[in-house]
Amino acid sequence: MQTIDAANLDYRAINNALRKAETDYIIEGCCGQRFLAAGMSDKNLIINGIPGNALGAYLNNANITVNANAQDAVGDTMNEGKILIHGNIGDAAGYAMRGGKIYVQGSAGYRAGIHMKAYKEKIPVMIIGGCAGSFLGEYQAGGVIIVLGLHKDGRRIVGNFPCTGMHGGKMFLRDSCEDIHFPRQVTARPAAAEELEEIREYLSEYCLDFGYSVNELLSGPFTVITPDSKNPYQQMYAAN
Amino acid sequence: MSIEFIYPEFEVIRNENRCISCRACERQCANDAHSYDKKHNIMRCDESKCVNCQRCVSFCPTKALKIVKSDCTLRENANWSTQTIKEIYRQANSGGVLLSSMGNPNPLPVYWDKILINASQVTNPSIDPLREPMETRVFLGKKPSKVQRSKDGKLDCTLPPQLELSMPVMFSAMSYGSISYNAHKSLALAATELGILYNTGEGGLHEDFYCYGENTVVQVASGRFGVHADYLEAGAAIEIKIGQGAKPGIGGHLPGAKIAGDISRTRMIPEGSDAISPAPHHDIYSIEDLRQLVFSLKEATEYKKPVIVKVAAVHNIAAIASGIARSGADIIAIDGFRGGTGAAPTRIRDHVGIPIELALAAVDQRLRDEGIRNHVSLVVGGSIRSAADVVKAIALGADACYVATAALLALGCHLCRTCQSGKCNWGIATQRPELVKRLNPEAGSKRLIHLMTAWKHEIKEFMGGMGINSVEALRGNRLMLRGIGLTEKELEILGISHAGE
Repeated sequence: MQTIDAANLDYRAINNALRKAETDYIIEGCCGQRFLAAGMSDKNLIINGIPGNALGAYLNNANITVNANAQDAVGDTMNEGKILIHGNIGDAAGYAMRGGKIYVQGSAGYRAGIHMKAYKEKIPVMIIGGCAGSFLGEYQAGGVIIVLGLHKDGRRIVGNFPCTGMHGGKMFLRDSCEDIHFPRQVTARPAAAEELEEIREYLSEYCLDFGYSVNELLSGPFTVITPDSKNPYQQMYAAN
Repeated sequence: MSIEFIYPEFEVIRNENRCISCRACERQCANDAHSYDKKHNIMRCDESKCVNCQRCVSFCPTKALKIVKSDCTLRENANWSTQTIKEIYRQANSGGVLLSSMGNPNPLPVYWDKILINASQVTNPSIDPLREPMETRVFLGKKPSKVQRSKDGKLDCTLPPQLELSMPVMFSAMSYGSISYNAHKSLALAATELGILYNTGEGGLHEDFYCYGENTVVQVASGRFGVHADYLEAGAAIEIKIGQGAKPGIGGHLPGAKIAGDISRTRMIPEGSDAISPAPHHDIYSIEDLRQLVFSLKEATEYKKPVIVKVAAVHNIAAIASGIARSGADIIAIDGFRGGTGAAPTRIRDHVGIPIELALAAVDQRLRDEGIRNHVSLVVGGSIRSAADVVKAIALGADACYVATAALLALGCHLCRTCQSGKCNWGIATQRPELVKRLNPEAGSKRLIHLMTAWKHEIKEFMGGMGINSVEALRGNRLMLRGIGLTEKELEILGISHAGE
């Protein structure tokens, strides 16, 4: 396990060192450097300190653990791998994610999981331990978004306008969601037992990562949200 | 009929003396306009289904067919044109947003046609390109501001990444999904042979075409379809699509019916699901945000590939381009309001955006005024129709042109403007296997090579006539242009004098 001291290094220098490294890597003293591990594959990376925007953008099968908060655009257009955040994350996490996992212990900012995709067996998964900001899963086209609401501190589990434009995938909110307003083109209903079984595997992994009990998590009320149509614009046009 | 009836726009005229009822027209028409009447042994026609793509006309072995504009007219009215009235009927019938294809067909000014090119007479003699070497190669990318030398006095020749083009033209973005596999293959083969580039559009890159990567621009749009590390690596350059000339300010929807098989896999979205490209990138709200996307792409590809930012030509384009030039982008692509599209809301296509000629002149001048013109290359599109348009664009300040509609015409497109139907009889804007196979990629690429080779000759002739032997010396050389029938203001924006001056 190699260690790199990020103090006084810019993102380019850190990424160059990471690219050359054959072994696992620890970044110490990270302080806002952007684009860490962008497009990288086959790495195991531990980050101490706070990474900057676009951590693990286009990530191509690497594992990243952040022992603090992370900023905006975590796992932007991520393809494969896993990003584990022992803290909160900023806005637009997992934008257009098409595979892999983003597990967050804390809360997420605006626009988490926006335009997530899926293709056959390739299903991206995002789990947020706390709450999510507004526009969660906007334009969601595939994949699974789970918000657990573990430390809500009186806040709603998700902000305004969740699932706007959603046309694929599934969202699970560990809440009865009576105070959440969903758009008309999705259906929000209490999750059936077999639906919760679909996410047990992901939650078990999450619990191993962060030290929770999976049965305890699954005992909470879950609302599942699915889109009514995968062709929301079908009736909108007249050929001219 | 009923109140919903709209009289067909075209009539199919069949010369019964020539027709041999061979049914070729019936086989060629995916719209089912032609049918065979067995009882009477004659061909029949339902012109309400005809889109005037000229496929049957081209394939009738006895030249028995022609398509003409119907002379069934509404009462003439200069304010309420027949087209306007029919559009109202269509919306009253359906409640739908009018959807059209290809570029703005309205009679708005085409400034290319109001610009004339200079030629040498007596002094500064013209050059014969058949006898003397003419350089049509261009390099796109950031250029250094000054000559750098190392400590021992040697020239520092390290440059930011550059694209080398054998001529100042590239095929512009058309996604796999909006056009067919064979159309993409034709473009890829031709670009490789010609030493230019084609552009994937936003639908990802089919795995069969990774081998043409050196001649490919890979696009990253708001939907991020098919974007992953290998895709970014595969291309010679990466284009961030912010906007498109045919529909500035709005996104794209590829209907779920077209998302099947390879298209679904290439885009990495479930089969049958609409492919929605939202209007904005959800992470770009400022030049600083754009810079973040530019540099995340550069980081992911180790600064080996130029990054293009493509925007539609709109009001204040000069200020927008100035911002993009400062975002770290290597190349700015600007798409004018006549740019083509596989589908766009009619009203947006016809009423939003500005002509590329004015946008280009304004941007080039602004970047020069700010001393940052060499920070970026400029590529312009949005109806470049001929070598003359290319030469005029370069003299107005472009480094290269993006060409798409002209390329599709070379592949057989007859501009019937019904791409959105997915029933392109020429095998271009369709995913139906029986139609796709009508376009032979080898034959298609040959026609593209013919077209571009001809344009290259013409560009050389123009340059030779002006006494210029390299595209580099033509770029921004507005003294070579004169306006005809333009107002003072138009001439001022274009930065050219009037003919006769």
